[in-house]
Formats: sequence, structure tokens, C-alpha cells
Amino acid sequence: MALVRLRGPLKQLAGGSSEHAVEGDTVAGLLRELELAHPALAGWILDERGLIRRHINVFVNGEGGNEETPVSDHDRVDVLPAISGG
Amino acid sequence: MTELLLGTKKGLFVLEGEPGTGFEVKTRAFAGEPVEYAMRDSRTGRLVAAVTSAFYGPKIFYADDPAGEWEQASGIALPEGGDEALERIWVITEGEEPQTLYAGGDPGVLFESRDGGATWELNRALWDHPTRPDWQPGGGGLCLHSIVPWPGDPDRLALGISAAGVWLTDDGGSTWRQGNEGLVAGYLPEEAPETETSTSLCIHHLERAPRRPERLFMQFHGGVYRSDDAGESWTNIGAGLPSDFGFPLVLDPADPDSAYVIPLAADTDRVTPEGRVRVHETRDAGVSWTARGDGLPGENAYLTVLRQALATRGEGETLELYFGTTTGEVFGSGDAGASWLDAANHLPPVYSVKASR
Repeated sequence: MALVRLRGPLKQLAGGSSEHAVEGDTVAGLLRELELAHPALAGWILDERGLIRRHINVFVNGEGGNEETPVSDHDRVDVLPAISGG
Repeated sequence: MTELLLGTKKGLFVLEGEPGTGFEVKTRAFAGEPVEYAMRDSRTGRLVAAVTSAFYGPKIFYADDPAGEWEQASGIALPEGGDEALERIWVITEGEEPQTLYAGGDPGVLFESRDGGATWELNRALWDHPTRPDWQPGGGGLCLHSIVPWPGDPDRLALGISAAGVWLTDDGGSTWRQGNEGLVAGYLPEEAPETETSTSLCIHHLERAPRRPERLFMQFHGGVYRSDDAGESWTNIGAGLPSDFGFPLVLDPADPDSAYVIPLAADTDRVTPEGRVRVHETRDAGVSWTARGDGLPGENAYLTVLRQALATRGEGETLELYFGTTTGEVFGSGDAGASWLDAANHLPPVYSVKASR
């Protein structure tokens, strides 16, 4: 299992826990599994197209990733809001 | 006491005050988040707000107390696995059935709630309409921003979509047809094909006269229009206004011949004309217009008022009017526009104003 780490409102929507062990082969697969475990997360990270929202960044073991990035057991996946605003 | 719900770039502001006086900020919710629209359901007292986080996408929340806990509504999303994502909710409107609410959004979508805003369902007939591939977005996106029910008849609705024109249903949203006859898109060439001129119509705001529901008024991208046949056809009534461009429009519910607009200089110069802030009123269905500016900035004022940022409460001689600007001012009138006062200022850019209580 990979370890998905969440912050802020995403952490609250995922039951208040910042770390989640999740099964999956890709970032999108992990995030879908995470939504199944925590339905309140639906629509917050992935949009209806299955794409990571534009201003959310996902890092796999510290490197930028996308929906198709492969993940393996013990990988660490950080889901972070981008540095943006106005 | 009047309550103003201000959707702003930096949260929902709930203000309270007496008509014709300054208002106080009583509550701020969704701090830091863009709140595009918020309304209080007059039947239940429930507050419903559209919030589009830059990070987490558009959502609808509801609460009975704006200072309390807000619940996220479900169903505000497009079908999964498609090519489009919901961009924004532009408007939330009471329907004619108890507990019914409608929400309109980008990309040109209508949602319906039968439980006062807790759960929502996409209107599939509009979503699947065969002309949808031809719909053109306006500068603000493909926004369904106006939803006008027919008093007493839940089957009849009119919609305004920028820039896909006016859409009408007589069967509760099972089927939709266009109502665009007479609209002239000055931003298209005269020889543009009919498919272009019927799906590139930049409606800015639509309202229905509740005491004569077959009458509607529209602020168009170029012109103010009136329909006397329930939105099937339109006549330009903008002669006499300082500009044919603007966004918001409201009516006095007591007077089907009334409308208020706030013209902006031009589509290429979206500020109040000549540095003067004026609300323009008609009481003869658009035959003539009168500028109302007593108490509004009369010089060196280049303000922008967005399409949802003008609201009314009450009717007749005590009609209250309120509008917010993108520079954070709110102006109010307690006498149908005869005189105005600063209701609030130093706020974030105002996206929407609703008055209630």
C-alpha cells in the first residue's frame, strides 16, 4: 500500500486523518480508492473527468506527478494545494 | 431590518441594517473563498451558497444560521467520465413547488433540488440538447445565470445563458426550446448563419414581471429588451439609456412596467459612464428611462457592477434596491431609487447581492 498524505480541508473530509494507506497502481487509482473510503472527498481532488483539479499538486516521493504516475507499495503521495491565489 | 447576503471574492458577508441607512457586517462565512452567489429561501429561511474554491472546485453549501455549520450539498457535478467539468455555479433560485430550488452554472447547466438544496440533480434534457455542441461561451464562460420561474406554474421556466441565448420549457424541464426572436447580436456579422446567431446570444440578465408573467425584461450584451409573449420574441427598449451595455437588471414586483438597469460605458469599457454612477429606471415598460443618482457618486467614479450584484426587497414606493461593486462598495435605496446611501464599503469585490428578511 502507498501512503497518501492530506492537509487542510482534505484532511477533515477524510475523517480528520492526514495519512491514509491506500491500494492502487497509479495516482488516479489511489485517489479513487481514497474517495471510496471517504465519500466526502468526492469532487474535491479529482473532477468529473477524472483529472486532478488544476490548482492541486500531487507529489510521489517528493516528485511532481499526475493521474497516470505509477505508484508502488510504500510510496508516499502528497496532495497539496498549489501556490496560487489573488 | 433588512439582511444583505453579499457573495464576494473573499467569502460570504451577511449585513444587516434599516433601509436607507448604513449596514453592519454581522457574519462572514467561507473566509478567503470566492462565493459567487448566496440566497435565503423565503419559504424555509435556509441559506444556500455557491462557493468555488480555486483549489477544490465548485460546491453548494447550505445552513440555517450563517454563523453556524454549513453542510455540503450533494449532486453538484456533471456526469462522471465525460469531457467537461463543472466550472462554477452562477445563480440559485426558488422554484414554484415547495422545497424546489434551481441552480444554474457553467457550462450552461441547470440543477434542480427537491429538498431545499441538500441534494441536486442535473437537468438531462438541457444537458443532452442536440444544439449544445454549437453553444458559445461568453467572456465569463458558458454561464447559465438567469432562472425565471412562472408564478404559480412549476412547469414553465425561462433561462438565460451567456452566450447560448434564452431557453424555455413548458413541461417542467423535460424539453427545451429557444426564445430568441428579435435579439440582434451586434457583435456578429450580418451574414452570420442562423446556427451562429441562435447560439451566440450573450444574455446578461433576465427577469420576469411577477404580476404579468408573460412579460420579461433582459439586459443583453448590446441593448435592453422586453418580451410580452413569455420570452418567445423580444423588442429593444434601450433607447434613452446612456449605453446599450450593462449586466444587472431588476424589477419592481408591483409594477410590470418597471425595470432598473445600471449601464456601463461599453463592452470595451466596463465602468459607469462619464465617471457617474446612475441607476436607470423605467415605469413605462421601456418607452422612457430616468436616471436615479441622488446620493450616488456623481463624478470621478468608474465602478463596475456585475450581473448578480443588484437586488431588491419589497415593492412599490418602499421598494428597496441594493447594488455592490467590484471595488467593494454597496449602495442602497429605501425609496425605489429616488435617493441612495452608502450601505457598506471596504469589502472585497462583490459578485452578488441578495436582500431578504
